[in-house]
Amino acid sequence: MTNARKTQINEDFLLDRRTAVPAVIGEPSDFLIISGLSGAARDIGYLTEGAPNAYLLGGAMGAAASMGLGLALAQPERRVLIVSGDGEFLMNVSSLATIGHMRPSNLAMLCIDNGRYGETGNQESHTYRTADLAAIAHGSGIDITMTVRSEDQFEQAARALRSESGPSFVVLRVNDGAPADYARNFDAVETKANFRRALLAGY
Amino acid sequence: MISQENPSIWQDQLYDSLRRHGITLFSYVPDAGHAIIINRSLNDSNATSVPLTTEEEGVALLAGAHLGDKRGVLLMQSSGVGNCINMLSLIAIGRFPFVTVVSMRGDFGEQNPWQFPMGQGTQPCLEAMGTRCYRVETPSEVAPTVDAATGMAYRSNQSVAILLSQRLIGAKKF
Repeated sequence: MTNARKTQINEDFLLDRRTAVPAVIGEPSDFLIISGLSGAARDIGYLTEGAPNAYLLGGAMGAAASMGLGLALAQPERRVLIVSGDGEFLMNVSSLATIGHMRPSNLAMLCIDNGRYGETGNQESHTYRTADLAAIAHGSGIDITMTVRSEDQFEQAARALRSESGPSFVVLRVNDGAPADYARNFDAVETKANFRRALLAGY
Repeated sequence: MISQENPSIWQDQLYDSLRRHGITLFSYVPDAGHAIIINRSLNDSNATSVPLTTEEEGVALLAGAHLGDKRGVLLMQSSGVGNCINMLSLIAIGRFPFVTVVSMRGDFGEQNPWQFPMGQGTQPCLEAMGTRCYRVETPSEVAPTVDAATGMAYRSNQSVAILLSQRLIGAKKF
């Protein structure tokens, strides 16, 4: 029985990330954003046009969720959004348990879930057949969770990311198409300084 | 216990020193060597305590807190240092200020052989990832080392580990 489940491929990786990510996030300046590495960073860099309210990771895979939690605890009056891929969330998945424990109401998470490691040749990730990140988030104590499979869920997803009774976790099922074509800044010191300067000046 | 004075005195001094330097975010994977500090933070209405499932979470957490202009510390046992190695690349490449207080195992007087490999590897691993290490052997060194470490971190964007040796905290009996 377990084998049958393990070989079943999920059929719902259908959305185009280049339209779905902007539709669900809406106005990006509503948030302080931490983006995980790789495709998510390109999507967010493109969406924000390199604005200083988004900090894009370029390595340290697994850092995004914890980094966003630290930012949310430091800035309780601001809405914080973590955007990352399924592989990045999976790498440090127990950080969701810490977020569930701390329950920062100002924190939202968006997982761009293509069920694949896009940067390394589209190898299947654990979400492709079996792992359900929304269920893992819910089981970690994050009450607002949803999985978006079609465009008619975009509005509900956008509301979830802006909920004032977070944390929230939204999985966006997307196909294996390329992320936005964007040459992001890899200088982590410069982007750190830009982020802090803008935040402390009241961005 | 080896050369154990009343641990509450230096642990209280450690907590007070960290707080005096503006540290309000206390992230930790529990360890007996940090028990008093963890409890002080849990009972401090002006501090936030974040229990972690694995130590590497704390590295990224403190980088995010710095983006939001809040100071924190990672409290962990030396075995947890091994869980942090790749995450320390975030601290190194972003020149984030970082302070961790590491209670040593696999050190002076250790009686559990499983603790030796990571205990012996703690300082080389931290230094390989660009973290400066300062060992504390006696209670009188605790507060001055916190002063030095926080100054280096927050004035100079350095990554600093305070290693609390088993001469200070005593070796657990088995």
